[in-house]
Amino acid sequence: MKYMLLIYGAPEVEPAYGTPEFDTMMAGYAAFSERLSNDGVIRGGEGLQGVETATSVRLRDGRVETMDGPFATTKEHLGGFYIIDVPDLDAALKYAAMIPSASYGTVEVRPLMDYNPAGN
Amino acid sequence: MAAPEAIAVTRALDAVLRQDRGRLIAALIARLRDFQLAEDALQDAAVSALSHWGRVGLPASPQGWLLRVAYRKAIDRLRSTAREARKAAALAPLIPDAADATDPDMIGDDRLRLIFTCCHPALDPKSRVALTLRTLGGLTTGEIARAFLDAEPTMGQRLSRAKAKISAAGIPFKVPEPEDLPDRLNSVLTVVYLIFNAGYTVGPSLDRDLCAEAIFLARMLCALQPGEAEVEACLALLLLTHARRSARLRGVEAVALSDQDRALWDMPMVAEGLAILETALARRATGPFQIKAAIAACQSQSPPDWPQIAALYAGLYRYEPTPIIHLNQAVALAEAGHLPAALAALQSLAEPLADYQPYYAACAEYLGRAGKIPAALEAYARAIALAASPADAAFLNRRMTTLMHP
Repeated sequence: MKYMLLIYGAPEVEPAYGTPEFDTMMAGYAAFSERLSNDGVIRGGEGLQGVETATSVRLRDGRVETMDGPFATTKEHLGGFYIIDVPDLDAALKYAAMIPSASYGTVEVRPLMDYNPAGN
Repeated sequence: MAAPEAIAVTRALDAVLRQDRGRLIAALIARLRDFQLAEDALQDAAVSALSHWGRVGLPASPQGWLLRVAYRKAIDRLRSTAREARKAAALAPLIPDAADATDPDMIGDDRLRLIFTCCHPALDPKSRVALTLRTLGGLTTGEIARAFLDAEPTMGQRLSRAKAKISAAGIPFKVPEPEDLPDRLNSVLTVVYLIFNAGYTVGPSLDRDLCAEAIFLARMLCALQPGEAEVEACLALLLLTHARRSARLRGVEAVALSDQDRALWDMPMVAEGLAILETALARRATGPFQIKAAIAACQSQSPPDWPQIAALYAGLYRYEPTPIIHLNQAVALAEAGHLPAALAALQSLAEPLADYQPYYAACAEYLGRAGKIPAALEAYARAIALAASPADAAFLNRRMTTLMHP
């Protein structure tokens, strides 16, 4: 099954760039990425730029409305994601708990939609 | 089919489902990996059994027959959905063969895997209990709703959401890895205890024995995780409580612990419970189930050691800070002779336990003992109105009558 691990965190809670804690966190991400590759479960993943760079768009009555900012103004923001392919939720939760940001924020584990459950 | 035969077949089917529904559902889920499909298929098979058994008589193994037919019905249901057709084809060769029909023990016991799935931490705690009671205990949605002080539609939605999440989120149907076992086990023990309590509360008015079911599961868990104090303590707790079952009722009326005829207690079961508790405590790894079992052990003494029980409830409150533990502590205090302290504690619990029947039963008893008759009668009225079983209502009615006409 494929799962997306969505990494949520409040920027002010995470270690700041230039501190030893930041370096430890980044080393942790490098080790995690390597682990995912070695285990052969990684299917994708990216880090996102901050919400101050976000633009939101919606179509209403045929007109495009464009707004500055993220979809929802919350303290914790979506900062990045991984997509992994593992046997079940227990395995996905194990990987989620290894993400360095799990110590500062929250990792949400969501199964991806299966558009072809019969496998044909 | 003649009416008496129809009644006989219905009775036979009811008996099989009462006894083995959990086992059948677990076996079906093990093969189908779909809770709802398993429930629907077993229901289909039960409907078929009524007509088929009526025509040709009971099969040699009704359980094996139900499992085989339920499995076919599940595949039929999958075939009717085009997108599931391939899954149906893949499952078809796995239909249990005729060998299953000869021996009900051929149906392996998948209940342990099922209970770990039902008690998975990805489900919310209330859903874990509800799902285990529904699938393993075979309780109806209404019975579970009443045990939870919940409305039946709310409970129905809760069960549907939990089943849907297990399937969609890929919650595995397996016993957890060794490193996850302690945490996952605690979640399971809590559910086993609640199943036992459900059986204990409903008592003989429900003729499937949930208490025995819970004890069976606790014994299985003991075998799976030998040397685990909390698992042993959970089994000890259930045995010590279950040993008193014959003394709990006099006719149709519940009997308070202090008034029970101890000659009716199952003494070998008490001895087994005490021995298992002793083994658990010697492991020096304390936990809430050991405290609960120690309380049950104190209750088995004659007379019960109420001061010690009150102290143990105070210890238990550290693990489970709930108003219900406070209520039990207040009862122990009252029984230990500290009536004013107990009444003060009861008063402070009025709000959090506003819908909790045992709260009013305790208030009625101790307000009565304190001579506060009108308040006691009011509490009796609430307790009787909220009583979960006729036995409890009968007990309370007699106590209330005694209070009015001493």
